[in-house]
Amino acid sequence: MSAIITRMGDGSTVELTRDELKADILEGSEAAAKKGKIPALSESDVEYLLEMFCCPSRIWGVARGHEAIMSKDGGTNTLISSRLSCGIAAPIGREAAVRLFESAFAFDTMEVGHLDYSVKPSKFIVTVEAEHMELLQQNTVLPLFYGFMPNLGLYYRPDGPFENPSDLMPNGRIAEARATQEEALEACYADVVWQAKQMEDTGADGINLDTVASTGDAEFLATLRACETISSETEMAVEVSMASEMVLGFHGQLEYRGTRLAGLWPHQQMKLAEEAGAAIFGPVVNNNTRRSCAWNVARAVTFVKACTAEARIPIHVNVGGGVGGVPMVEVSPLDIVSRAGAAMIEVGGADGL
Amino acid sequence: MSMAQAMASSMGGIRTAGDLVARMQLKKMRLPEAKRYVADKLGVSTLDLSDSTMMRTVREDFDIGVVTGTPGLAKGLAAKARIAELLDVQVNSVEQLRRRMDAVPAGVR
Repeated sequence: MSAIITRMGDGSTVELTRDELKADILEGSEAAAKKGKIPALSESDVEYLLEMFCCPSRIWGVARGHEAIMSKDGGTNTLISSRLSCGIAAPIGREAAVRLFESAFAFDTMEVGHLDYSVKPSKFIVTVEAEHMELLQQNTVLPLFYGFMPNLGLYYRPDGPFENPSDLMPNGRIAEARATQEEALEACYADVVWQAKQMEDTGADGINLDTVASTGDAEFLATLRACETISSETEMAVEVSMASEMVLGFHGQLEYRGTRLAGLWPHQQMKLAEEAGAAIFGPVVNNNTRRSCAWNVARAVTFVKACTAEARIPIHVNVGGGVGGVPMVEVSPLDIVSRAGAAMIEVGGADGL
Repeated sequence: MSMAQAMASSMGGIRTAGDLVARMQLKKMRLPEAKRYVADKLGVSTLDLSDSTMMRTVREDFDIGVVTGTPGLAKGLAAKARIAELLDVQVNSVEQLRRRMDAVPAGVR
């Protein structure tokens, strides 16, 4: 049986037979179904993914008429930053970079964000951020977000003022670990709301809260509350984009409107983001670098399909380095990136990426 | 990476009607509803929305910003003001300009 050239989750090339690919797709979907207690992919979904992975074409795309909307995280870091953001360190400023994304790359929306993309470092230079947003609002046509990560981890020692729960928990100081998270999340919430409101008068179309819950349930709570405040007190839309497929229970007992946050999967996180007033939700599904991309994409699409099935707001799936079926590598392979994105839309029902 | 996604799966921003559909998503419309809404406003089909050949002409006719550098056509804030009127939506930067114009008459300190 002829082999099909494809990739593993670490980006390495591998040859698999059609039967092996199908087995991986089925297994990946079942793995998601079991974890999330959600339906596995249908037979027609599996056939689509199989055809996609068996196709020798370098690039795979959605069918004409099925195109979706792209939103961006990391601002213009792809162009102006270093390998930290898989960036190419292009010798241009942010304003030129945004204009290129609008016209040369034809993005549907774009984002202004600081190189150090977290709220804690960027709030000190917020006047620069606001100025660039305001200037760009004069010259661009596409919707333009201001984006940043809540990144609660920066609030803990040694980077921040609050005791670090990672230091407390190994010593059995659980109550103190919970207490410090409860204090830190209040500071994070206040900063996120403050930063967002600095953009109010710039004409920003929206705020993108990115890699949400990177430090677990406390960060998710801070973000949900901030989303509620920003969406109710300003005219800016809020996009809530996650960090991981499951909310880590670093605190374990925090709730939002009666729902415990620890252990939530994408379709459950989405419901809370909706309740908090988010305009767009960005689910994440993590990759397994030891499995094939077919396995990873099938698993990711299964989670996404459960999300989109019940969503009342647009779902923009995170399809990036190490998430959404895309291999965890510095320079992403086009053959897999294009397939993962198309699969999210054609099979997963996503409204965007 | 995002370029690959843009080429393979996205509507195409101001090359097509991607920015317009995106604006309706900011109002919490899911993709099919957002496409239908924009298509109705433009008087085209939803398939046409992603057709860069057709949309180049449609965008010029409505003067809502085009992807190529064309003197005499609305750009930036002017294009967005026309988009706001066409789609019957509030665009924050346009509202900001309106507030600024209404605040203090020009020439008055």
